[in-house]
Amino acid sequence: MAKVLMKGNEALAESCLRAGCRFFSGYPITPQTEILEYLCWRMDEVGGDCVQTESELAGVNMLLGAAAGGMRALTTTAGPGFSLKQEGISYLCGSDLPAVIVDVQRIGCALGDIFMGQGDYWQLTRGGGHGDYRTIVLAPESVQESVDLAYGAFDLAEKYRHPVLIATDATIGQMIEPVELPPMTEHDVDTYDWALKPREEGEPQRAVWNRYWDWEDGGRKYPAYCLEKYNAMEREEQRWESVATEDAEIVIVAYGTSARVAKSAIAIARKQGIKLGLIRPITLWPFPKKAFEELEETGKVKAVLDVERNILGQMKDDIILATGNRIPVEFYGTYWDNMNEFKIAEYVKEMLGRY
Amino acid sequence: MIEIICSGVGGQGVLVAGMVLADIAMEDGKNVSWYPSYGFEMRGGAANCEVKIGDEDLQSPYCYEPDILLTMSESAIDTFEARLKPGGVLLVNSSLVDPERSYRDDIKVIRVPATDIAHKLGNPRGTNIIMLGSLAGASELYEVDHVRDGMNHYFDKKGKNNPKNTAAFDAGAEAAQAWT
Repeated sequence: MAKVLMKGNEALAESCLRAGCRFFSGYPITPQTEILEYLCWRMDEVGGDCVQTESELAGVNMLLGAAAGGMRALTTTAGPGFSLKQEGISYLCGSDLPAVIVDVQRIGCALGDIFMGQGDYWQLTRGGGHGDYRTIVLAPESVQESVDLAYGAFDLAEKYRHPVLIATDATIGQMIEPVELPPMTEHDVDTYDWALKPREEGEPQRAVWNRYWDWEDGGRKYPAYCLEKYNAMEREEQRWESVATEDAEIVIVAYGTSARVAKSAIAIARKQGIKLGLIRPITLWPFPKKAFEELEETGKVKAVLDVERNILGQMKDDIILATGNRIPVEFYGTYWDNMNEFKIAEYVKEMLGRY
Repeated sequence: MIEIICSGVGGQGVLVAGMVLADIAMEDGKNVSWYPSYGFEMRGGAANCEVKIGDEDLQSPYCYEPDILLTMSESAIDTFEARLKPGGVLLVNSSLVDPERSYRDDIKVIRVPATDIAHKLGNPRGTNIIMLGSLAGASELYEVDHVRDGMNHYFDKKGKNNPKNTAAFDAGAEAAQAWT
């Protein structure tokens, strides 16, 4: 299929439709609004429903209802809107319901600001909702990868009966790049026996409720079931890209747009003879610990640099855990300014002098 | 790799000018990224887009050392002139810029009275197309005919090509070539 130029947000929306998503409920917020805008007219063409809800809370709860009915359902948001989705994400996890939630990240607490940022790593990977839960978090670095990850996200959600989060950012969402779109598919709402549907005469009542109640023993076996579900995700779903790590002395860990800029920094550093590599987590959770095991095997790494568009270096803790605290980890971040490959390369040069 | 920044004020069509270049690059089979300013600014506020084009993987979408800077307002020059690569091309819409303004001496400055030309041609919204023509005429990285065809192809694909675009484009190209 020929490539087309598409904005990240719109390409992601189109890809979800092509994956069989026929329900969207969400609320406008920069830099995510194009998804809602696009689906407002495009969803009609494919015979689905797009609802601009009165709030993000309504958006995520309508999503829960559609997911319970067996639909492939999507909601998207950014910044403060993502905080409002958290309760619904906890309910989706408690009810074992698959759905896809997209956070087009911006920056800052409270209203923060609408500009580019990676402000939500903690909220994405730790969750802001109540209870024991984790969610798979997919983090694309390009418009094409937004399309590819969104297309597979519904299968992944249904594999585990669990919500999947997609963490893009303002740059990827607003950027236009050539993309190849996958084929259109339809999803049958009766694919899974857990989906709610009108019951026949004499059939027992079915409801969306906490999975505790599905166990005849009163839920004694639920904790083990739950634990194994998350363990299976950690075992099977870690995804990452390693770039030039074979001989690297300094390894950057970065995702999304920051990873792209880091790749440009590698080209600059390598020209100066600096052995710089990159691990790019594609799943933020499960964090790609396996990538760091490979790193340890090379035995050449002197230090790791966490590069993120935020103030506190939210991913740093996960890198320390993944390296077993055996390799020094530093953080390089920007807040107001776009990430700059020349400045990263400069920082790495200074950093090398310290180890 | 080529880096281009198109900058001006909202409503002048700088984002479209960048999109035409991005589309030409894609049709040529090249990798391309187009990253716009977005957010608070609307008509009259600052607007720009950063376009990267290359045969290789492009990585960072941000342009820190552009080869070409297409500006349509004085404020755009204020913001971006310092970033331009030495030897790079700065396209100035001289209708809207102080004629006494001084520029860096290590860059090629092409002054085209695009807004005046647009009015003369009876196509006041075609200023961006005139600037696009001057970009094609001034930069050694582009062939005028190729960009003109690409522009028409871009608008044809959208189903709304203004027949006056070609004349506007050619006027811009000629004005730029007169400078070089």
